[in-house]
Amino acid sequence: MPTYLHLQNYQNIREAVMKNVSVLIGGKAGDGINSAGALVAQLLNHIGYNIYLYFDYPSLIRGGHNFAIIRGSEQSIGTCWKTLDFLLALNRETLEQHRDNCSSDTAIIFNADLVKSAGQGIPVKEILTDEHAPAIMGNSAIIGGFAKAAGIEWDVVENVFKSHIPKGVELNLKVAKRAYNQLETVHPVSKGSRSPCPLLTGNEAIGLGMVNGGLDVYVSYPMTPSSSLLHFLAEQKEKFGITVVHPENEIAVILMALGFAYTGKRSAVGTSGGGFCLMTEGLSLAGMAELPLTLVVSQRTGPSTGLPTYTGQSDLHFVLHAGQGEYPRLIVAPGDAVEALYWSAVAMNMAWKFQVPAFILSDKTLSEGTYSVDPAAVPDVRGADSPRWAGTAPYFRYADVPSGVSPLAFPGTKDAVIKVNSYAHDEAGITIEDAHTVGQMTEKRLRKGELLTEEMRGYTGVNVSGMHDASTALFCWGSTKGVCNEIAALLGLRVVQPVVLSPFPTEQLKKAIAGVRRLISVEENATAQLAALAERHGIIADEKILRYDGRPFLPDDLLVKVKEMMV
Amino acid sequence: MTGRQIISDAQNTWCPGCGNFSIQHTLKNILTEREEAGKSLDDVVLVSGIGCHAKIADYLNINSFYSIHGRTIPVATAIKLGNPRLTVICCSGDGDSYAEGLDHLIFAAKRNIDITVIIHDNRVYGLTTGQYTPTSPLGFKGKSTPSGTAEYPFNPVELMLASGASYVARGYTKNMNLLHNLISEGIAHRGFAFIDVLQICATFFPAADYYTPRVYELSDHDRTNFESACKKAREWDYNSDSPIALGTFFQRSLPCFDDTMTVHGIEPKDRQQAVRDLLLMRS
Repeated sequence: MPTYLHLQNYQNIREAVMKNVSVLIGGKAGDGINSAGALVAQLLNHIGYNIYLYFDYPSLIRGGHNFAIIRGSEQSIGTCWKTLDFLLALNRETLEQHRDNCSSDTAIIFNADLVKSAGQGIPVKEILTDEHAPAIMGNSAIIGGFAKAAGIEWDVVENVFKSHIPKGVELNLKVAKRAYNQLETVHPVSKGSRSPCPLLTGNEAIGLGMVNGGLDVYVSYPMTPSSSLLHFLAEQKEKFGITVVHPENEIAVILMALGFAYTGKRSAVGTSGGGFCLMTEGLSLAGMAELPLTLVVSQRTGPSTGLPTYTGQSDLHFVLHAGQGEYPRLIVAPGDAVEALYWSAVAMNMAWKFQVPAFILSDKTLSEGTYSVDPAAVPDVRGADSPRWAGTAPYFRYADVPSGVSPLAFPGTKDAVIKVNSYAHDEAGITIEDAHTVGQMTEKRLRKGELLTEEMRGYTGVNVSGMHDASTALFCWGSTKGVCNEIAALLGLRVVQPVVLSPFPTEQLKKAIAGVRRLISVEENATAQLAALAERHGIIADEKILRYDGRPFLPDDLLVKVKEMMV
Repeated sequence: MTGRQIISDAQNTWCPGCGNFSIQHTLKNILTEREEAGKSLDDVVLVSGIGCHAKIADYLNINSFYSIHGRTIPVATAIKLGNPRLTVICCSGDGDSYAEGLDHLIFAAKRNIDITVIIHDNRVYGLTTGQYTPTSPLGFKGKSTPSGTAEYPFNPVELMLASGASYVARGYTKNMNLLHNLISEGIAHRGFAFIDVLQICATFFPAADYYTPRVYELSDHDRTNFESACKKAREWDYNSDSPIALGTFFQRSLPCFDDTMTVHGIEPKDRQQAVRDLLLMRS
C-alpha cells in the first residue's frame, strides 16, 4: 500500500488512495522497458485510470538498469509514490534495486529464467520456444502475466495489443495468453471511472501544440531530453506537412530557424542546456533582427554534460538572460502534457504576433514522462500573427509603428526589398550608428515587450490548485506541479504555479498568493531560481525545499519535508 | 520591381581600391542582366556574414539577411529550403566561412543545397584591422601574430572538392570578366556553387603585385573530371610560389538538398485531422 495510508489524520487520503495503482517494470537497457511500460500504461488507461509514467534510464545503450513506473489514478497525476502494487522484474537487478519499493502487498512477477524470488515466475524461454516466438516478444509474456495478476480481463489485453503493437500482434497475444493462463490473480485492480484517453509524453504534447500553433519547420540537433521531440516530429512530418531538419550543430539549428522565419515559415528549435549554450548568439540575432522564433529547451541535470538522462530545473535564469543585449522574450513552463499542448501553441503564436523569441521550458520529467491527455481539457488557442505589409512601396521591414510590431513581408513579394540586419539599423534595415536612430529602434523593440506583457494578462499565467484559501502555499514551476498538487491535496495546502515566467506575471501572482502566510518554494535546483525571480518582483518565498540530484521529488519525501515545515 | 536602382543609397565605407567594389560591381551587372532577361529581382536574396565583405548587404538594394559572423550559410540554406523559388546568394568572408563558420561551409557542400557562395577571400581580417585568417600565408605578420603566423594556410578549393561541392571555382577581383562568368555560372548551377575570390585588401593585404603575374585562366581543363580538378586545385597551396589557376575547377550534377528535404505544407483542416488521428492512435 502507498505509504500515505499511514497518515490517517487527513480526510481526503482515502479518496485519493482508493483507486490508485502503481506498477514498476525493470530490466537492462535494450530490454524494451520503455515500450513495455507504455503497454502497461495502456492497460491501466483501458480500465479507466488517469496515467503517469516515469521512465528512468542511464546514459548508455546496452546493459545498465532501466525502469518505468506506471501509475494509474482516479485523479489527474504527474508523479509516482514510492510503494508499488506490482513489480515486474525482467532481471535480478530490478528486484535488488527496488526492494525498498515493495510492501507485503506488492505482487512480484518475474522472468523465471533469470530471477528467483517470491511471487509469480513466468517461464519466458519455454513459452517463446513453444510458440516459436523471437526473444523480443518475452516482454509480452510478462505483460500478460501482469494483466492476470491484476485481474484485468483478457479482452482488454487483446484490445490494447491490437491497437498498440505495430507488428506481430497475433504471436505477441499467444505469448501473453500463455502467461495469462499460468498466473493467479493476486492483487485485483478495480476499474476506474474514466473512458480511455490519449497518452502522450510531454515532448509529444509540445510537438502537437506547436503543430496546432502553425509549425512549418522543426530544426534540431539531438540532445537528451529533447531528442524524442525531434524523433516524433521527423516520424510524423508528412502527416503534419512539416519540414524537419537535423543540421551539423545547434549554431546551425538556430540560424536555420531564423532563415526559415525570414521566408515566412513558422520555425521552432529544440535542445537542452548544452545545445542552448551554442544557440545564444542566434537568440540575440532573433532579438535584434525581430525574427519570430519558438525554442523548446528541455532541462537536464547540469552544469555541462551533467546527468544526460536525468532531470533538473536549473536553467531558468540562463534562458531568462541568454543572449547579449536587451529584447523582450516569452518564457512558458508547462507543468504537464495538457499544459504543454496548450502553451506550446500559445508560444508559437506569440512569437509571430510580436516577432520575439518564445521559449517552451521543459525538463526531463515532463519531456519523457507520459500523461493522460483529455483533448477536451485543452483550451482552444487563438491563432495570432503580425500584420502584413499593405503593398505600398517602399517597404520598411522595421517600420517604427506605435505598437513596435512592424508589418511583415517575405522575400518573393512584389516590390518589397526586405532587409533584416544583426547590426543596429534604421527602419529600412540598413546599418546605422547614429545615436538618435539607435535609441529610437531600441525603444521600438521594447514597446513590443510592453505589448506582450499586456497580451499575457489575458492568459491564466499562474495556476492555483489545491485549497484556494489555504494560508500555506507550495510555490513551483514546470513538472514539479504534479508532486506539489498531490501533497497539497493531502495536507490541505494551496499550490501556486506560474506557467508564464517572462514577462513575469507579477499581478496574477500577487493575486494567487493573497492570504498566504507561508510560501514554500519547491524546485529541482540548488539555488531556488523561481524564488529568486519572484523576489525581484517583490514576492518573497518564506521557505525553500530543493532537490538537485537529478531525480524528481518523490511525494513520499516531499510530504515529510513539508510536514516538518508546518510543525 | 523593374528598372530598380540596384546600388542602394547607403553610404559606402570600403577603402579606396578595395576588392569588394569589384564583387559588388559584378553582382550589380549580373542582377541587371537578370532583370533584362525578365526575371524579377524580388526573388533574389543576398545573405552576408560580418566583416568588410558583409557591407554589401547594405549596398545592394535587394532582399538581404545581414547575418552574424560565420553564419551566412545556415541562414542561406534555410531561406532556400523555406522558399525554393528564391535565388540565394551568399557573400561571405574568409574569416567568416573559413574560420568562424567552417563547419557550415563543409556541410553545405556535403548537402548540395542550391545556393551560391562567394567567398571574399582577402586573406586578412580587415574590419578588425588586420589579423591573419585561415588562408593567410605562413609567417603572416598581423596584429595578433606580430612575429608571424606559425601555421600553414589551408587550401579552400581542395577542401571544397573533398567536401563534395558540385561547383568549385576561383576568381580574382582584378579579372572582372572572368568573375562575372564564374558568379553567373554559379547562380545558374543547380546545386551548391562555391567561388573563392582572391580579393585585394587595399589596406591590410594589398597582394595585387603578387597575384597578377601568377594568375592564369584554366583552359583545356575537363571540369567534369574530379581527379584533374584536384590536381589543378593543388597546383597553388595559398602559400608557396606557383602559378595560380582561375576558373571552374569542377562541376557535376547531383540531387539537391532543397529537392529532397522540403515537405509541402497541408491545409489547416487536414492538419487538425492529422492531430486528431494521432491522439486517437495513442488512446
